[in-house]
Amino acid sequence: MSIACCTWVVKKVALPILALAVCAAFAPSVFANEAADALPVETAVLLAPPNVPAPITRKTPAKVIVNLTTEEMVREITPGTKYTFWTFGGTVPGQLIRVRQGDTVELNLKNLPSSKLPHNIDLHAVSGPGGGAPQTLIAPGNQAKFTFKALNPGLYVYHCATAPVAMHIANGMYGMILVEPEEGMSPVDKEYYVMQGDFYTPGAFGAGGLQPFDMKRSIDENPSYVLFNGASNSLTGKNALTANVGDKVRMYFGSGGPNLMSSFHIIGAVFDRVYFEGGMKFQEQVQTTVVPPGGSAVVEFVPKVPGNLTLVDHALSRAFHKGAIGIMSVSGEEHPEIYSKNANTKSSE
Amino acid sequence: MKALAASLLVVSVISMTSHAAEYRPITGGTLRTALPLDGDTVEVAAYQLRALPVSQQEFKRFVLAHPQWRRDHVTPLFAGQGYLSSWKTPQDFAPNLAAAPVTQVSWYAAAAFCESEGAALPTWVQWEFAAAADETRQDARKDPLWRAKILGWYETLSLDVLPAMALHPANVFGVYDLHQSIWEWVDDFNGLFVNVDSRAQGEQKVLETCGAAALSLGDKENYAVLMRIALLTALKGQDTVNTLGFRCAKPASKK
Repeated sequence: MSIACCTWVVKKVALPILALAVCAAFAPSVFANEAADALPVETAVLLAPPNVPAPITRKTPAKVIVNLTTEEMVREITPGTKYTFWTFGGTVPGQLIRVRQGDTVELNLKNLPSSKLPHNIDLHAVSGPGGGAPQTLIAPGNQAKFTFKALNPGLYVYHCATAPVAMHIANGMYGMILVEPEEGMSPVDKEYYVMQGDFYTPGAFGAGGLQPFDMKRSIDENPSYVLFNGASNSLTGKNALTANVGDKVRMYFGSGGPNLMSSFHIIGAVFDRVYFEGGMKFQEQVQTTVVPPGGSAVVEFVPKVPGNLTLVDHALSRAFHKGAIGIMSVSGEEHPEIYSKNANTKSSE
Repeated sequence: MKALAASLLVVSVISMTSHAAEYRPITGGTLRTALPLDGDTVEVAAYQLRALPVSQQEFKRFVLAHPQWRRDHVTPLFAGQGYLSSWKTPQDFAPNLAAAPVTQVSWYAAAAFCESEGAALPTWVQWEFAAAADETRQDARKDPLWRAKILGWYETLSLDVLPAMALHPANVFGVYDLHQSIWEWVDDFNGLFVNVDSRAQGEQKVLETCGAAALSLGDKENYAVLMRIALLTALKGQDTVNTLGFRCAKPASKK
């Protein structure tokens, strides 16, 4: 019975595949364009980190237009010290792109006329040589268009790939693209977008003034700053992430590098799930997850009691001396049965 | 497209002006180029190079004498939308300074200008040869301080209004501003450059068509040159950039 069924399926499928192959052989580009042209078109909403665009509710593929700029700017890397950042869209990391598996993505990259350098984009979600870099290399004041199909679900890094690549990345030119699986993602209460990066200046952390990029230190992989979201205070004070007790929190975490691997940890939380390496498989009950440069992880957890949870790279010199610290401020009801805040276990005899 | 531009140039009237630009003799010799096409070095014949990039004032004179290169007359095939767009009018370079380098010029316009003074855009190796020098040495490229100074310019944001030229001392050939001022067009910008994906190595360079050889990375330390090459690789002939200008070169003068 089952054999007959499968044979029937194979026969049924084989014919269209053959037809497709013949068609593609004669006019591959026309075939591809017609397919993409038939899709509904939408423009992606891009939000600055740590914010995340809304989940995709579509059940069918679309053509998604993504408009990104490359911008060079000076701003504080830590209070009192400035740095010349090169960015996608004016933020480090660049805005999170959110699409659905099977979508056709039209990426428009514009290098602002005020830029000094040429830039391009390589998206790790792309299947094809260079990930879009060859098609998008553009001088200041120019723009390029590149189209690809998001075949694989997952959380992927994108970055500039113009020579010298490590310098463009070290100056902040990275971000992530989330390709939701066709079946969608489970709903959560809060979503955040955080990327770690290493920065290289001649002066030590907080040396003051406008610090230039230090190529020697970059080659030696000896950063003066290791940061979440491009500044030592991007996730602290008034910029702290927020959540409520009992919220299901999902964090899209990536490492732009260019050089350092992150040992990502949140002090005071256990990750219920880590979709390690940004893929579809998860590990449960994780304390610290390793994220390579040019890689990512999706972490999910539920804050159980109010207070501040601290995001760190658990290579702790980076956290306490080079800036890799962030705060998630959790509000809500105390649960002393889970966590007792009073130092009632300390006693002196 | 280059052939088309060339034929247009042939029929254009070459005007002799009284403002003869200064050219400096460059000795030529063996250059360890960042773009080894046939081996690591190339022989560069002696030539002359403009001491300074072409200025706003000089380009205005050219535009007045050759109105087909005014921004309101130029054919879009030869100059994109940004062409001289910072000029107040098609004939007035304000708010730019007269003595600042002209920028926002296409390769075609730059080539036409050089033709008008009996010269041509320098080839990449001519530019690279002269740009290897500092104030005292013909080849300063191994000096980390020299590199750091150049990288420092790349690190600063681009200015709305460029300063006048020759803010830094001339190099050993008497040529100014090859670094720390503007990017510069070269004659063969699209014929010899790196793979647009700068990370490509090995096989890919032989697979590339049209001489788009991958950078050998024989001189990986020389980021200053790498960034020049990356910019030129990103361009088409009609493109313009706010910080991209040019200077011209001539054959060595006969004694």
